[in-house]
Amino acid sequence: MGKEILLMQDIVKTYNMGDEDQVVLKGINLSVDEGEFLSVLGPSGSGKSTLMNIIGCLDMPTSGTYILRGRNISEQDQKQLARIRNKEIGFIFQSFQLLPRLTALENVELPLIYSKIPPSERRKRAMEMLEKVGLADRMYHRPNQLSGGQQQRVAIARALSNNPTLLLADEPTGALDQKTGKQVMELFRELNNEGHTIIMITHDSNIASYGNRIVRILDGNLREGDLKDA
Amino acid sequence: MLKESIKMSWKNIINNKMRSFLTVLGIVIGVTAIISLITIVQGLQNEVTSRFADLGAGKIAVQAFGTPLKQGLSDNNIKSLSEIENVSGVSPNLTLVSSVVKNGKVLEDIKIEGRNEVFFRNSPDFIARGRPLNILDMESKNKVCIINQAVAKELFLGEDPVDKTLQIGGTTYLVAGIIDEEVTSDVITLFAGNQSDYRIIIPYTTAMGMAGIGSINVLEIYISDTSYTDEVIEQVELILNQTFNFKDNSFEIINLDSIVDTMNTMNDMMTAVLAGIASIALLVGGIGIMNMMLVSVSERTTEIGLRKALGAEPKNIQLQFLIESIFLSLLGGFFGLILGLLISYLACMGIGIDFRLSYLAIFLGVGFSAGVGIIFGWAPARKASMLNPIDALRSV
Repeated sequence: MGKEILLMQDIVKTYNMGDEDQVVLKGINLSVDEGEFLSVLGPSGSGKSTLMNIIGCLDMPTSGTYILRGRNISEQDQKQLARIRNKEIGFIFQSFQLLPRLTALENVELPLIYSKIPPSERRKRAMEMLEKVGLADRMYHRPNQLSGGQQQRVAIARALSNNPTLLLADEPTGALDQKTGKQVMELFRELNNEGHTIIMITHDSNIASYGNRIVRILDGNLREGDLKDA
Repeated sequence: MLKESIKMSWKNIINNKMRSFLTVLGIVIGVTAIISLITIVQGLQNEVTSRFADLGAGKIAVQAFGTPLKQGLSDNNIKSLSEIENVSGVSPNLTLVSSVVKNGKVLEDIKIEGRNEVFFRNSPDFIARGRPLNILDMESKNKVCIINQAVAKELFLGEDPVDKTLQIGGTTYLVAGIIDEEVTSDVITLFAGNQSDYRIIIPYTTAMGMAGIGSINVLEIYISDTSYTDEVIEQVELILNQTFNFKDNSFEIINLDSIVDTMNTMNDMMTAVLAGIASIALLVGGIGIMNMMLVSVSERTTEIGLRKALGAEPKNIQLQFLIESIFLSLLGGFFGLILGLLISYLACMGIGIDFRLSYLAIFLGVGFSAGVGIIFGWAPARKASMLNPIDALRSV
């Protein structure tokens, strides 16, 4: 195993729901090493989306320490968090989240725009990424001209474009049929073999089994599972 | 980054053509109104000012109402008035009504003006043909006259009137010259408001004899250096007060320069008021833009969330929405500018005044619309930048 890139200690997240506080995460401890393909398996309502938001620096824990690449996330301001999301994390969403008015290429370029990469290099890198996910012939298509699987590949290319520390996938196959889902998972495995660290959140144990490590989340608690569980 | 924001804004505007058009309409109307109002009012103002400058600059008009004992000014008074420092001449202006006859053709109730040589000296282009009246005409009360084209046409059809004769009030007069129609309108006659089509000018001395009047009630004083106008007016007041024994309301001095000043001030105020009213349309347009931007922000909540997840800082988001609203407003300002200039051009042609491009109007139109974009785009842009990315992403 490589070096540790992510460390969570006693992460608690409570939401204030009117009179009472609802505890969604009840003291999560998690450590992820470089090169891992971690599946976080849990049913809906288990707190896995909240966990993903915190890992993705979109949300802050109520208490606990979260260290990503040696940086304590609670100590970062809005601007630094934006930069961390931009450089360290590649998001892959269930519903792809592509901007409908942009071409595949332009969608892939988005994170590069925010990291102020000059246009010519931006284009070159985005093209490389699309080639990598097998969409070299679809660069100038809009999302609505692409199939679900192709859209998710564009989203993966976008997540990869800034060469992030961590790929963070939230139910990446949730909106795809089984066959396409399988193809996307194989792409994930390939990326992991190339050395990309992946954290994937899913409720589907079949999908979770593509990972090389599984943790289960239930009612806000996390416990190590093993691959046989899945 | 700026380039991308502009590109994205353009795409969004183009993608919502109808909505953008309707949103921008308020700005278009506002800018159109401001530009056309300012251009037209300024055109009118220029027209009036230049007319006054041609006719009225460098002279003051005196109206002597007199007292029961002294009903007007005498030649001696005129002489002392013309001796005031910086006064280049004094021109009396008598008006009487008489009939004019030529070869049995009669023109009734024609206004006859009595003037002196100073009047002609100060309007060198006044005479088109023939000669102006001179000092000899005054001294010997010559029976000569200057007529305008209308009189010439009516009484001397087909022949040159110069050196021909006509009868005024039964006396034979020699036509000395013809008025150049281009410069006939005189400010005093404009003020009198009864500028008739026919115009005949005779020596004022002749006119006085003819009407049996011994005094002069209206005169113009020409000032050689207008920077001393106030001093001249003071001196004129002194002389007239002495003449009329310091009686109240015995005379009035009209300073044409100060009238022009007053009129300009009034016009400026009117422009400001009109522009103020027109800017209400801009305000309404601005609210329209704000509304559209707010709708746009809620429509694009997911996009905002995604952009934030991909590394957009709040200021990036804010900039993008701000650029979009400025873009919309400027678009409105641009069309308003074109429409406004077109309308004011047509209006100026219609009224018959010079169309002059007003840089102030253009500056105001463009400046205002950009300002509206910034002011009314600020709140929606800020709202967008403050969106919590999780909430934004969840609203799929």
